[in-house]
Amino acid sequence: MAHVVPTAGVSASPSVVAQRRSRTGYVLLLPGMAWLAIFFAIPLVTLFATSLQSPVEGKTGRYQPGFQFSNYSDAIAQYWPQFLRSFLYAGVATVLALVIAYPLAYFIAFKAGRWRSLMLVLVVAPSFASFLLRTYAWKTILADESPITRFLNTLHLLPDGRILNTWIAVVAGLTYNFLPFMILPLYAALEKIDPRLIEAAGDLYASPRKAFWRITWPLSMPGVVAGTLLTFIPAAGDYINAQLLGSAKNRMIGNAIQTNFIEFRDYPTASALSFILMAAILVLVFTYIRRAGTEDLV
Amino acid sequence: MATSNGKRQVEDLHLRNLTKKFGELAAVDDLTLTIPAGSFFALLGASGCGKTTTLRMVAGLEDPTSGTISIGDKDITDLRAFERPVNTVFQSYALFPHLDIFENVAFGLRRRGVKDVTKQVEQILDLVELSPMARRKPTQLSGGQQQRVAVARALINQPDVLLLDEPLGALDLKLRRQMQIELKRIQTEVGTTFVHVTHDQEEAMTMADTVAVMNAGHIEQMGHPADIYELPRTVFVANFLGQSNLFQGQKSGMSGDDVVVSAHAQNFTLPTDRSFAGGNSVIVGARPEKMRVLDEVDAHQIPEHHNRISGRVTDVSYMGVSTQYLVMTPWEQEVIVFEQNVVVGDRCEVGDPVVVHWSPKHTFGLDGSSGTNVGVDPEVLALEAVNQALAADIAEA
Repeated sequence: MAHVVPTAGVSASPSVVAQRRSRTGYVLLLPGMAWLAIFFAIPLVTLFATSLQSPVEGKTGRYQPGFQFSNYSDAIAQYWPQFLRSFLYAGVATVLALVIAYPLAYFIAFKAGRWRSLMLVLVVAPSFASFLLRTYAWKTILADESPITRFLNTLHLLPDGRILNTWIAVVAGLTYNFLPFMILPLYAALEKIDPRLIEAAGDLYASPRKAFWRITWPLSMPGVVAGTLLTFIPAAGDYINAQLLGSAKNRMIGNAIQTNFIEFRDYPTASALSFILMAAILVLVFTYIRRAGTEDLV
Repeated sequence: MATSNGKRQVEDLHLRNLTKKFGELAAVDDLTLTIPAGSFFALLGASGCGKTTTLRMVAGLEDPTSGTISIGDKDITDLRAFERPVNTVFQSYALFPHLDIFENVAFGLRRRGVKDVTKQVEQILDLVELSPMARRKPTQLSGGQQQRVAVARALINQPDVLLLDEPLGALDLKLRRQMQIELKRIQTEVGTTFVHVTHDQEEAMTMADTVAVMNAGHIEQMGHPADIYELPRTVFVANFLGQSNLFQGQKSGMSGDDVVVSAHAQNFTLPTDRSFAGGNSVIVGARPEKMRVLDEVDAHQIPEHHNRISGRVTDVSYMGVSTQYLVMTPWEQEVIVFEQNVVVGDRCEVGDPVVVHWSPKHTFGLDGSSGTNVGVDPEVLALEAVNQALAADIAEA
């Protein structure tokens, strides 16, 4: 770009050009910033303000601005089991998704050869159908009379004799629905690993198992971190799976927020719950990233 | 394992009838070879000649279709890579990016359960002069430094055989020269057998004490670099290792102990023990630097017994140490001659009628059935064809 800079005295001096160029950068940022302001920052402030509103005496569903911080303590006191369940279900679903996705992503990255693209398309293909539709389909798959349930029952593997309307169905649904978000980042990380590194590990006396744990696994860590986050965060906030596949005993925090908002019209409690969920996830994610030490990788 | 002088007792590497087929294609074809213990051995060949496949079979990264590999009396053919007493310096180094230099180098020792690796790692890093870099990550090192880490990482395991797969390919010319000397020094110091795969003939000749020239899955010729260069036994070697002027001819008789070959209506003589032609069809050859160019008027100065060709100079390139002449023979073959610039001035010029002559002692005879172009870089051949077409056009115009 040096040729763009005109010689001194002819037109703008280099510093003016540099200034103009940096201004261009800010101008280009504008649409994104505007988007964030309108659809993220302002709603966030509104949400926070709503979470502190107090009810108007005698009128259900009417609230006035205020600083009612007790909304938060009340929400936690009432809904802590749902919070706990959300993180538990999301955690189990994340681990399950990792266990299922890792071998698959590994296979696609290293062994699939010319089938690679096709397999990736197959991973994403279910997303072409609606999330809701797919979860309804699971209702059928896990129904009491379904072959799967019957088969598992003949083996006496189900404690309640059924899958639908138990936590197992909810976790299965969560695992299934967020699996692509685990597979894709894992694939991207694994695909970047030079297979010669694994050969080199073998050459340096590492058995295939040791080579995996010493080389492949640590090098795929960015994918593991990204995949678990992309699975855990939406799973923790999800309510569709719990609503369609679980029973009243399996309600998650997403269901509580939805019920408060839509049915009870208790906007402050719903907002407070949303804020608590967001904060809790932020804390969890930061601790996790610290622990995983991703900045040290790559 | 270590003997008193610090060098290790190592054993010969034997390849017996080693074959590797990829589908129908034999990448390595019935290769039998003994690599003496403690030698610096180079497998030299163009890409696709099977040299890397051979190396990977020795490393255990590729399974041979048939044949055996053994070190001393121990057959290692069926051992997996991590069970073999062999280590590799990979072409791209393949350093582990998430481990620092120390841990990269310690990797092999740790996998074999060595508890205290510090002293050994420090020692080997000293040997490759990288001690200050121990805690850096591979990406923070220059190409030459990474290369030395790769050597250290392999050597620390005291392998019976160290395999080097085009180890200097990624380095620039100057650094490559430096590393050639460095590698040779390290090899002399540790006394391990080095098997070095390269397509760079100069690299092979400077470092190795034995060079095997490989072509199409088999070894064309093997020996000390000077021996192979001075006396190539096949057309491929004559063309691939350095340059040669080759003349297609017929054996026409004997003159004392010398073979007489007639090519292009000229007689060439060469000692019987320098001729490797089986039948009557013989290719006579000589290296460009063994030939002299003399102006036609001075032709009487040429010793009686010398081989000679008359022609016309078509190109003179002054290259400092030497001058390169291209001389066109009456049968339209370009002969290349390197003259040392010992005398200042008095060079032949383009268009001069000259006589090219050389001693029979520097002449070699090869089997004539294969033609003279085997082993010449295809790009060079293509270029020559273009040049000839151009010359023809100019002559017409």
